[in-house]
Amino acid sequence: MIASDALGRGIGAHPMLRALFRDSRTRIALVVLLLVTLGAILAPLLAPYDPTAHLDIEHLNSQPPSAAHPFGTDPYSRDVLSRLIYGSRVSLAVGLGSVALAMTFGIAVGIAAGYLGGAVDAVLMRLVDAAISVPRLLVLIMVVSLWGRLDLVPLTLLMAGTGWFAVSRLVRAETLALRDREFVLAARALGVPTPRVLVRHVLPNVIAPALVAAALSIANVILLEAALSYLGVGISTPTASWGAIIQDGAERVAELWWLTLFPGLAILVTVFACNALGDALRDAFDPRQLPRDDSDALFASEA
Amino acid sequence: MRRYVAGRLLQATIVVLLVTTVTFVLVHLAPGDPISLLFDRPGITEAMRQEWRASFGLDRPLGEQYVRWISNTVRGDLGYSISLRRPVADVIADALPRTLLLVGLALTLSFALGIVVAVLQSERPGSARDRWLGRVLLVLFSVPDFWLALMVLIVFAYRLPIFPPSGIVDPVLHDYMGPWARARDRIEHLVLPVATFTMLTTATISRHQRSALLEVLPSDWMRTAIAKGLSRRRAVRRHALRNALLPSITLAGLYLPALFSGALLIEKVFSWPGMGLLAVYAISSRDYLLITATVLVSSIAVAVGAFLADLATALADPRIRVG
Amino acid sequence: MTTPLLEIENLHTFFYTDNGVARAVDGVSFSVAVGETVGVVGESGCGKSVTALSILRLVRPPGRIEEGSVMRFEGRDLLGLDERGMQHVRGNRIAMVFQEPMTALNPVFTIGDQIGEVARIHAGMSKRDAWAKAIEMLKVVGIPAPEQRAGEYPHQLSGGMRQRVVIAMALVMNPALVIADEPTTALDVTIQAQILELLADLTRRLGTSVLLITHDLGVVAENCTRVIVMYAGEVVEEATTIDLFARAHHPYTEGLLGAMPRVGGEKDRLATIPGTVPPPTNWPDGCRFRDRCPYSWERCEAEHPPLYQIGGGHTSRCHLAEEPERRNHPHPPLAAQRGATAA
Repeated sequence: MIASDALGRGIGAHPMLRALFRDSRTRIALVVLLLVTLGAILAPLLAPYDPTAHLDIEHLNSQPPSAAHPFGTDPYSRDVLSRLIYGSRVSLAVGLGSVALAMTFGIAVGIAAGYLGGAVDAVLMRLVDAAISVPRLLVLIMVVSLWGRLDLVPLTLLMAGTGWFAVSRLVRAETLALRDREFVLAARALGVPTPRVLVRHVLPNVIAPALVAAALSIANVILLEAALSYLGVGISTPTASWGAIIQDGAERVAELWWLTLFPGLAILVTVFACNALGDALRDAFDPRQLPRDDSDALFASEA
Repeated sequence: MRRYVAGRLLQATIVVLLVTTVTFVLVHLAPGDPISLLFDRPGITEAMRQEWRASFGLDRPLGEQYVRWISNTVRGDLGYSISLRRPVADVIADALPRTLLLVGLALTLSFALGIVVAVLQSERPGSARDRWLGRVLLVLFSVPDFWLALMVLIVFAYRLPIFPPSGIVDPVLHDYMGPWARARDRIEHLVLPVATFTMLTTATISRHQRSALLEVLPSDWMRTAIAKGLSRRRAVRRHALRNALLPSITLAGLYLPALFSGALLIEKVFSWPGMGLLAVYAISSRDYLLITATVLVSSIAVAVGAFLADLATALADPRIRVG
Repeated sequence: MTTPLLEIENLHTFFYTDNGVARAVDGVSFSVAVGETVGVVGESGCGKSVTALSILRLVRPPGRIEEGSVMRFEGRDLLGLDERGMQHVRGNRIAMVFQEPMTALNPVFTIGDQIGEVARIHAGMSKRDAWAKAIEMLKVVGIPAPEQRAGEYPHQLSGGMRQRVVIAMALVMNPALVIADEPTTALDVTIQAQILELLADLTRRLGTSVLLITHDLGVVAENCTRVIVMYAGEVVEEATTIDLFARAHHPYTEGLLGAMPRVGGEKDRLATIPGTVPPPTNWPDGCRFRDRCPYSWERCEAEHPPLYQIGGGHTSRCHLAEEPERRNHPHPPLAAQRGATAA
């Protein structure tokens, strides 16, 4: 397949990557994500106040945006801007961490199911089908409600544990299609051991759709984490999370509008960037969209 | 065909059973129970709580509770909600139609809108119109459900008080209204949640539909259609769409779990007393029977939905329908 | 002389790709008269299909018909027509039959619907009338039980039947010209003959002109009165069928004829033309066939040959027309010398 040959040849001046970076969506997305990441890493330097400090519970609680507090303060007199900046850490950590884990596990399961087939495939996919049919948010709420609010790492693990199903199905489908392609059959006929076949021939072709799924997955996890925090079952307090800031303003939502508006915009922008990147990746890896060499352009309409 | 249907039904049943059983077990294994939460007042001793537990059968072994639950459920008896002090079946009978109304309306509108937008985009892929519509949809797709709902709430129910902020009917006046006013009251309460939900779902559906359309545009039969003298617009709206709807229908079945999650958040923000709100409440109250029943009903709904979607595809695709 | 039905002059269709500009059709001129069946022959990549698509302006970006190209149909300028004008021509005055019957029909509409659609669009027929017309056309193309078949879907028909349906769709409005792009290549050999015979029969009866595109010289011999040979985006030879087979001039045509399996012919290996077609992004200077030609000499590299008149409507793009004695000094083609032999 085009993807495999290409990745085999080396990334360099690769047509897919060229197409990817020519896409304006990629550039915008990368800029935004870079800014958010920098914000997260440099939080201690950028945030004007300690995100968990109650600055002045009597005079500074629930203040609208001002010069001293550009995004206002919350009912606990904490500076919203600082909490916003630190909140990016939670979103990125949970997002990237859980998706990295979920992808690894999901790809492994998908390849196993697709390649081995038979009973292994049947059992695994029945389980995956069952898991996919459960609303993920509901599961998350249930677990957190019943066991108590989670810290960053347990939350990340939980997200990963509920997020590998879709990618495993995707990878399984790709693997199935590849299993019978000539180059795989050829490799096996030559006696190449199975693990090597999987890594050298199946994996590169599976990476492309998996990457697309990863970008979209990160977006989804960020949204879920925010939703959980909004419902009061997110990351344990007083850690600043964008959803938690919104939750703090939920009682007087119209009055304390800054507690809803700014964190929401932060989520929107970050998620938008992830989705835009995912779309750009998908279009770049689409074999139809790949710039074809001249003869292909002819053959497309040629008999 | 018949065998196909039977096979899918069996699958769906297994899935529902699996999911509900796992929920049942998990919920019972978690720390706390409805009794400890509900009767957490001074003066109530542990002994009294134990008595209550016994009367609800909560001190029996897990296996026994499970079997009892299954046999009751199969006979239509979903048990008694400790936290709400009503039969579970009644609670669900109240909440389910409200969610169905909300989701049903929103889904219908979203499909109609989503398809229209996708077709508009696909008539000339890569055009300015395509790209701009795509950007708007991407924003709607990326916006947090609950946040959009909150913003809509703030703007249209509080800042410009056009619509009511919560509930399905006016809590005080509804019963005193005449039939027309009552209908209007209901509609007014529906507008914001349905509009929000529709915006969110349209983005998802439209994106998928556009992909499906773009997938079929290079087909040979599209070229034949143009060579026959159809305008591009007509070829897309008639030939491409008809083919591209098929994957969309199947996809609709897959949207359902996500739809439920979305509905949950919308219901929370607008205080819409449906299944979503019920589920959240049940979980926080550790009301086992209510939780399990809610999960059961949801999984059945999802399974039925997916099954119907598959059936619809089989019927709509002549390659499957007519040997 | 009556005006030709179709006149193509100096057609250039280029594809602007990341790897350069592919000059798929690079200065092609020919005409088709009323009632004539003209064959266009050449190997894959020579530009014959792109030519066909260009006539109906079905070439999509990154392809483009270049300035300076002239296409006249029934005396009217095709390139000057707006999109609506072209829609009026397609399927109505000029119809096209494509190569792949398996995928040319929309799988979710019935046969009757798809054939009738042509009548609905161009003749404004009602659904009922169009359906009746579809059944009539199915009879014309020899499909048994047409009333029943009309209600069936493409996947229920065999390849040969589908191609008959495609032909029926093409002939609904009794077009003046049918362009058939490799109409039988994807079919079984036994069916091929049937389909070609059907096409020939119907077009003869209706007086339809046919532009038959194929790589199979045998097909051309049976069905066409005139033949155009294309190579590397250009017309390299044009003649009546008889002239072409009896007195082929261009070395490429000779090669094609030599490569034809012939019943009763020698049982040696089929002659192949060594080398491959050069890439359309990079046509060589001078004669594009010179690397594969057994007669080429210095002039062939220096000077791009024009289409020489050989007499009697026979043209050939080869300097041998002016220096025929060179034919007595064949040599192994340069491509063969370099060891690049076609499979």
